[in-house]
Amino acid sequence: SVTGACSAIQKMTRVRVVDNSALGNTPYHRPPKCIHVYNKSGVGKVGDTILLAIKGEKKKALIVGQKMPGPTMTPKFDSNNVVLIEDNGNPTGTRIKTPIPYLLRQKESKFSKVLAIARNFV
Amino acid sequence: RSSDAGPAKFKPPSKPVIVDKQRQTAERRFLSPEFIPPRGRTNPLKFSVERKDMIQRRKVLSIPEFYVGHILAVTTADPYANGKTSRFVGICIRRGGKGLGATFVLRNVIEDQGVEICFELYNPRIQEIQVLKLEKRLDDNLMYLRDALPEYSTFDVNMKPQSYLDHEEVPVNKLQVRMKPKPWSKRWERPNYNIKGIKFELPEEKMKEAQKWSKPWLEFDMLREYDTSKIEEKIWKEVNEELKK
Repeated sequence: SVTGACSAIQKMTRVRVVDNSALGNTPYHRPPKCIHVYNKSGVGKVGDTILLAIKGEKKKALIVGQKMPGPTMTPKFDSNNVVLIEDNGNPTGTRIKTPIPYLLRQKESKFSKVLAIARNFV
Repeated sequence: RSSDAGPAKFKPPSKPVIVDKQRQTAERRFLSPEFIPPRGRTNPLKFSVERKDMIQRRKVLSIPEFYVGHILAVTTADPYANGKTSRFVGICIRRGGKGLGATFVLRNVIEDQGVEICFELYNPRIQEIQVLKLEKRLDDNLMYLRDALPEYSTFDVNMKPQSYLDHEEVPVNKLQVRMKPKPWSKRWERPNYNIKGIKFELPEEKMKEAQKWSKPWLEFDMLREYDTSKIEEKIWKEVNEELKK
């Protein structure tokens, strides 16, 4: 069988960390890359958790925006945005300036703390 | 005795020309492009049934006349937003689809992050479409704004709607947009995109090389001709009659 085009966020995609945590904002000679997607298929969309490799460390993260167009009426961003997260779901940073899609409120139970630090919603 | 060269012929004063501005408004016709059926062998019954549904929806929600390049504010019903409605302001980059699946893409740059949303015109979740600024651009397709400097896509979210007169022509903004350095998502300098709204700062050799891909025979191709003037007239009459009821 031939697999179709695999888009959105998967292994080895370079991502942009969007919160104001120290890990995400200190410059490093390699961009943060995804190494695993916690999903049945290896493709991560908005609202999925992934494992990032940043500054030689492994860190979990939540996808908040993707370049690939999704269903109509959902926003499409110009860069793959990601928010760093701990194992229990608490965000590492304290503020998120970039806009976050309203879709994430669906999983209010898991990501309530991330939504609480977000400033703008789209 | 001195006399004039005969009595001067009586010249009546010139009649005043009355310009009735109200009559001129009816002359401007705009038919939304999604009403025009695409060329094909489908049964015209499908299009007429779709048009009925489109007109029904238009009676409930007033969809204003807008082109690519207008700045719109759309409020949609969102179960996950506080206040249940979410408002998005952006410039219309593209209008696509025919019939009930007609879409338009709005683009804006918020907090240095470019956001694009593809809205469906006839989606029942849309509560209001407001035109904030009337402005046609030189192209039908502004997808190159993704590769242009972000200042050309930023629009104030709290912009006030500009007032405009009904009978005036839609103004064309002849803005030449400056681009980010290459690589771009598409090779916009090539003639198949036919873009007039970019200020190309590329060297002349690159522009000449791009012209190698030009297809000058395309405009004379008769099989690609699709004359929609008669179809448009019929549909225009039909739509207007139904809307007035």
